[in-house]
Amino acid sequence: MADQQKNYDHLVIDTCVLAGTIMIESGSEMTRVNNTVLRIARNAGLADANIYATLTGIIVSGGVADVGAQVGSIDKRVLDMEKVAKVNELSREYEAKKITIAQFYDDLKNIDNLVAMFPLWVQLLGAGLVSGSLVVVFQNNLPDFGITFLVGMIGWAVLYFLNIYVQIRFLSEFIAATVVASLAILAVKLGLGIQADDIIIGALMPLVPGIPLTNAVRDALSGNLISGPARGIEALISACALGFGVAIALHFF
Amino acid sequence: MTFFMIKCVCVYLSGIGFGLIVNLPHKALNIAGINATIGWLVYYWILTTWGGLGAPNFFGGLVIGVLSVIIARWKKMPSILFDVPGLVPLVPGGQAYNSIKNFALGNYQVAFNYLSQVVWIAGSIALGFIVAELVNKIQQKFRQTRARN
Repeated sequence: MADQQKNYDHLVIDTCVLAGTIMIESGSEMTRVNNTVLRIARNAGLADANIYATLTGIIVSGGVADVGAQVGSIDKRVLDMEKVAKVNELSREYEAKKITIAQFYDDLKNIDNLVAMFPLWVQLLGAGLVSGSLVVVFQNNLPDFGITFLVGMIGWAVLYFLNIYVQIRFLSEFIAATVVASLAILAVKLGLGIQADDIIIGALMPLVPGIPLTNAVRDALSGNLISGPARGIEALISACALGFGVAIALHFF
Repeated sequence: MTFFMIKCVCVYLSGIGFGLIVNLPHKALNIAGINATIGWLVYYWILTTWGGLGAPNFFGGLVIGVLSVIIARWKKMPSILFDVPGLVPLVPGGQAYNSIKNFALGNYQVAFNYLSQVVWIAGSIALGFIVAELVNKIQQKFRQTRARN
């Protein structure tokens, strides 16, 4: 009987760590991670559970004898909002007692099969839409919509493939920004576009670290003085990489 | 007027496009686009009536922050799904680019001018978000006390 209880407690803590890891990896803010994990633990009967989450790792303790704490490490961070939504949904279902803790753990283990990324062509379309339409919004420049759409798509494709084949952080942003700026200047020289500056501004927008910046402000404001500045530095380095990329292209052309 | 309509459509499209990049759930895409459009309309309205840099961005951020929490409660999804696409049209992209360009070309005086604009705008948006969080907290407290009585 005691063994059974211990196994159950272990399963609950494993589920909590996995849920927290997935949420931080996919780009959720820390308050939500803390709330969700604590809610799962309380619904499972561990009233004294505690969590300490940072950007690079998560510790969950059970608060009961013989179980101790579990550590999960977080090495990669990608933006995948659907995973955050899915963990949230599963936690709600568990709260309503629609699924058991074992099913919950199983679903979290197989979350890659449950949640599909958009295929590459849809992502490219999205990058093109962001680039093209923001040129119109920011710079009031309607004629450059088409060429910016194209350059933005190429920039996102470069980032996507570099992130897969060359796994050096910040280098892919740097090269993508160089490619975008060079293509924009070339397009104007070939007569395909009108304003090189506007094309660069639009085509860089999908690469700008918007979610890390928003999360940095939120984490710092909610009093998490470890994750907030860490995210801020991550966003700042990506922004600097983009800036250097553009600067190099401007120097050469 | 036609150009204004085109701009509105473009804001909507940019919200959806950003949603496609960060893998938003399918049923959240349309609402995220509408949220972006409403936030930008508030920004545009204040920009054309009062002008300035701080106030339009502050109220844009405030409206997006409050709206996305309301939508999140209605759709039962995390609020971050709706406010990040909403912020995309407010990001000071043009000023940031001009600042970097002038740094690269050696015009440091101009570059610092643009940089201070970027900091000012980003700070206003962040402040709008803080106030939105405050509004949501007050609303939550209000609902709790009403539920208890």
